[in-house]
Amino acid sequence: MKDFSIVTWVLAGLSLVAVGCKGGSDQGAPQAAASGAAASEPAKPTTTSLNGAGATFPNALYSKWTSEYNKLHPDVQINYQPIGSGGGIAKIRDKTVDFGATDSPMSNEEAAKAPGKLVHLPMTIGAVAIAYNVPEVADLKLEPAALADIYLGTVTKWNDPKIAASNAGTKLPATPIVVVHRSDGSGTTAVFTGYLSKSSKDWTDKVGAGKSVKWPAGQGMPGNPGVTGRVKDSPGAIGYVDLADAVQNKLSMASLKNPAGKFVKPEIAAISAAAAGVEMPDTLYTSIINAPGETAYPISSFTYILVYEDMPDAAKGKVLTTYLWWAVHDGQNMSEALNYAPLPSAVVGKVEARLRTLHSGATVLYSGT
Amino acid sequence: MGDKNELSLIRAQPRILRRLGREANPGDLVFRALATLFAATVIGVVLLMVAEMSRASVASIKAFGLGFIVSQEWDPVREVFGALPFIYGTVVSSLLAVAIAVPVSLGVALFLTELAPKWLRSPLASMVELLAAVPSVVYGLWGIFGLAPFLREHVEPVLASTLGFLPLFQGPHQGYGMLTGGVILAIMILPTIASVSREVLLAVPNFFREGALALGATQWEALRDVILPYARSGLIGAVILGLGRALGETMAVTMVIGNSPEIKASLFAPSYTMASVIANEFAEATGDLHLASLAEVGLLLFVVTLLLNVVARLLVWRVAGPTGNTR
Repeated sequence: MKDFSIVTWVLAGLSLVAVGCKGGSDQGAPQAAASGAAASEPAKPTTTSLNGAGATFPNALYSKWTSEYNKLHPDVQINYQPIGSGGGIAKIRDKTVDFGATDSPMSNEEAAKAPGKLVHLPMTIGAVAIAYNVPEVADLKLEPAALADIYLGTVTKWNDPKIAASNAGTKLPATPIVVVHRSDGSGTTAVFTGYLSKSSKDWTDKVGAGKSVKWPAGQGMPGNPGVTGRVKDSPGAIGYVDLADAVQNKLSMASLKNPAGKFVKPEIAAISAAAAGVEMPDTLYTSIINAPGETAYPISSFTYILVYEDMPDAAKGKVLTTYLWWAVHDGQNMSEALNYAPLPSAVVGKVEARLRTLHSGATVLYSGT
Repeated sequence: MGDKNELSLIRAQPRILRRLGREANPGDLVFRALATLFAATVIGVVLLMVAEMSRASVASIKAFGLGFIVSQEWDPVREVFGALPFIYGTVVSSLLAVAIAVPVSLGVALFLTELAPKWLRSPLASMVELLAAVPSVVYGLWGIFGLAPFLREHVEPVLASTLGFLPLFQGPHQGYGMLTGGVILAIMILPTIASVSREVLLAVPNFFREGALALGATQWEALRDVILPYARSGLIGAVILGLGRALGETMAVTMVIGNSPEIKASLFAPSYTMASVIANEFAEATGDLHLASLAEVGLLLFVVTLLLNVVARLLVWRVAGPTGNTR
């Protein structure tokens, strides 16, 4: 009996609440309608919601953008799912999202599978840092060939002559090198292996470049946090991570020798220098690995958003192009704090021109100035 | 044996037609239909999963055939795929986990049912069950920051110096590898095995205990000769449940096993499991053959799980007889 009475009370309470809500909404609806009719601009117009998915690497910046943009335009809700570049390409191809995102440009085969023409729009620039855990060495300098040999497993000790050659005056320990790489497929790996392929013929022959590769040495850890944690925790470890993770976790980062022969640390200015040294073609994608310039950091990369040149929905397309316009202008000011480099103005100009050509049927989408 | 007669009486009338004719009770019929539907759903889901994964892996089955199961090559750049290291990693890490977890969780269950003071039993039991509620990624992070360094600094050197003559305990101590994966898995399946075993032991009728003790058996003899044999098939069931969880566990293992598709005798060496490679590579796999191979790994994981379950079931039958008290 006791239980029964409790249940009765709870039910009674719930039904009261339900009645209350119902009454509230009944009263609220006409009011909203009235105010909407009275004001020239409706107080709460329909919300446009855009969905995007793709690369994890620019996620910190894209999340910042979407929340800032939502503050400026409360009627626009943008959701970005960081599911990986491969997933982003697949989803935009299936048209289950409004925009995709990828770190490495689509291959021709991937582009051919899409039902329409997909456009690459560079959004920001990131770098892959070589993090290491050798407390005795404050500023490690690495030649590209030595780095490739470490990852090939042929250089196994920190005092190997190939490392010592570029670190004259530094006492290197005779400890083994613990090689750490990503275990999950990732754009970061694609950029890093792309760099090793351009720097070492052995690497090209034995391993090659890709989002997942057959690693000749070392251990795999999932995600940037996994590699970061492993490097931090293991004396003698070396790993490659996105610059943001290396900076936030205060890992020591190696200086790399660029094609101009200078050792450069991964810093925003050095990444911008790499982007500035490369002419952006009209396809709007290019590699800035081993970019020319004395101050350029060699493992830098653009990251892209993918949209259809002919968008299926004009209303959404207008909102999306306006957002992307904002992202390559005002949005760029937020990149440095998050360890991404802003786009050079020449690239912004080309993105502007491309945004103006996007259309939905005969409707040109971007109407701003 | 009155139970049995009632049973046969009920069994004598299940003909739906007869039920429809005379004793049809709409409620019973609806319930029967619904229950049948739910049971069929489970089978349907399993069949659909197998069909879907087979369909997705056609390209890889065509390209590699049986070689997929025996090849050790996994090279996404050159699109050459073989699953043997993953099969090996999954089976060995799971068996290792069971080997570590079974004695411990049996001890926990026995302590909770037979030995612990009454006031301690239920708080301790809920704490064991709480372990099962910890998300696996939390176990994984703890593995990276706690367990792996601990094993590397304190356990692996000891194992190497005392048992180093076995190939199992040779090679550099890295803290990440098969051993750490197995230990993490053992901790994760421990609550499952322990709480199911506890239920099984609680179901042992009290007069067995009292009878054994009355005949002059010590507590140990009562446990060994009366209670454990009575509960044996149920306990094996608990182990099978634990094994199932170990085989499919993904995130925590991925974070500590080293993710290197190699078959090495040493437990210190990095390894890789089937679930881990799917989780690691699926999101970013864009090549058709790569995707198909990952789907085939999924299909093989299904087969391995099924095989191990069948083997375990046969084991139960051997121990308890096909009609044994499998509850």
